[in-house]
Amino acid sequence: MNWDALWLSIRLASLTAVLLLLIGMPLAHWINASRWRWKFLAEAVIALPIVLPPTVLGFYLLIAFAPNRPLGAFYARIVGSPLPFTFGGLLVASILYSLPFAVQPLAAAFAGVDPRLIENSWMLRESRWRTFVRVILPLSRRGMMTAFVLSFAHTLGEFGVVLMIGGNIPGVTRTLSIDLYDQVQALNNRAAAETALVLLILSFFFLSIVAYINRSKGERLRGADR
Amino acid sequence: MALTVDIEYPLPQGRLAAAFSLPIDRPGVAVLFGPSGSGKSTLLHALAGLIRPETGSIRFGETVWFDGAQGRFVPPQKRPVGLLFQESPLFPHLTVSENIAYGLRRWSAPDREDAVRRWIDRFRLTGKEDRPPASLSGGERQRVALAQVLAPRPPLLLLDEPFSALDPPTRALVRGEVRRWIEEEGASALVVTHDVVDALTFGETLMILSAGKLLQRGAPLEVFSRPASSEVAQIVGVENLLPAQVVASSEERVILEVGKGRLIAVGEAPHEGRCFVSIRAEEVILERGHPAQSSARNRLLGFVQKLIPVGVQVRVVIDCGFPLTALVTRQAVEELSIQPGAEITAVIKASSVHLIPTE
Repeated sequence: MNWDALWLSIRLASLTAVLLLLIGMPLAHWINASRWRWKFLAEAVIALPIVLPPTVLGFYLLIAFAPNRPLGAFYARIVGSPLPFTFGGLLVASILYSLPFAVQPLAAAFAGVDPRLIENSWMLRESRWRTFVRVILPLSRRGMMTAFVLSFAHTLGEFGVVLMIGGNIPGVTRTLSIDLYDQVQALNNRAAAETALVLLILSFFFLSIVAYINRSKGERLRGADR
Repeated sequence: MALTVDIEYPLPQGRLAAAFSLPIDRPGVAVLFGPSGSGKSTLLHALAGLIRPETGSIRFGETVWFDGAQGRFVPPQKRPVGLLFQESPLFPHLTVSENIAYGLRRWSAPDREDAVRRWIDRFRLTGKEDRPPASLSGGERQRVALAQVLAPRPPLLLLDEPFSALDPPTRALVRGEVRRWIEEEGASALVVTHDVVDALTFGETLMILSAGKLLQRGAPLEVFSRPASSEVAQIVGVENLLPAQVVASSEERVILEVGKGRLIAVGEAPHEGRCFVSIRAEEVILERGHPAQSSARNRLLGFVQKLIPVGVQVRVVIDCGFPLTALVTRQAVEELSIQPGAEITAVIKASSVHLIPTE
């Protein structure tokens, strides 16, 4: 069992999930509130990682963040080193790759809040921002948990993007799924089996949490009707 | 100082086109009464700033809340208005106390707690302070919603069916408390209701809205007893609304032909020979025996057609040349042995026969 790789995967997945919540909330709110006519295009872009081969995303990121390109040069100037083959590179790639898994549950949760509650908060003289904090967020806790767990689990399982943008540097970019690939390549079947089992159990565990959150939702709502 | 409104907004059926003005420098209640779909809630939402009228203007004293021509629109958060939604939803994640305190965030903690305690007390919600809204009855929820709206002390109240979910004794209590609060605060209120008692007793002004139009405005009793049109008469539920033909008129008396019968009314004859008469059922008195002559009163001989119990009273439908409905007590029904087929005399004061011109 490669503990370095496990620790790296968990660090990457946690950071990605936290950052995705922060990025996903305003994005999800915008998707619900905006009346922009081209909004559907933005929604399609956000959903792209669901169907796009991860290698495609990795390829474009590699190109865009190459040190000789404007974006790559800008990133290198700010951070001090180029993005590809670093932990920062993995983080950026993971955030993009798991974006829909955070934004979609959040948008669904925000849309599920009774609009009259929002208007009632306005009438009690609370701003749109205060209304978001006092009404929409607390009533979207399930959606936030779902978004967090899904983006965590999805990041844990990513392979193609990591390989493209991160390479395979032990302790820096060698995540659990890359480690598994290495062990199979090295015909180290026993270690591979261990790693595979860990990934399977973790994924099952997280999806169970998501299923549990959404199972209890219906019962809670029925309770509220009485 | 007045709230001056002149706005237009499309309704699912028809168009809201309301122009009126209400004084806001003294406490007062104006009641909006009308059939559902007439635009009452839409009007409240436009005043609150939740919808933007297509054209026109809304002024609150010196402040312009909306001006279509200048493109001026004050958002709901900036209007000193308390809006009670129809079936107002409470914040489900907050307790009763937290719901009442929702609009008091800028107050000091002691002031806030004090206000919440007083509203709990006023609306008989003691013991429910820490309960979630889901555990309350419909009437309790409506009282919490009212307290939530009133607690921040808005100078203008917009209440959409504020007492509809309350049982009769609680309704009387809450109606009284809200009325007293308005007097104490010097607030103004615009109240939407379907309830005749609310319409008659809660406000000084009654406005009849139908299909987006303000049909009549006046003191409630005045509007109920003297509807300006047959449409208003129908909306306020005048039981006897009949087409009539002017037969003769002197300076202050009009003789009308109604169906096969005749009625005397006080007042000026309408210019055209045709009109409607409206008579409230409470103002029809029933007597046994044959009619005696009297100039000030209409005495009509007829036969009882049917009896319809309405709570403690009975609606008696009589055929006296035209269908006439009287509202009498159960006791009167027994004393006069009123039953279908019985001969009866209906007495109506000439001043209770109200003339409505045909449009």
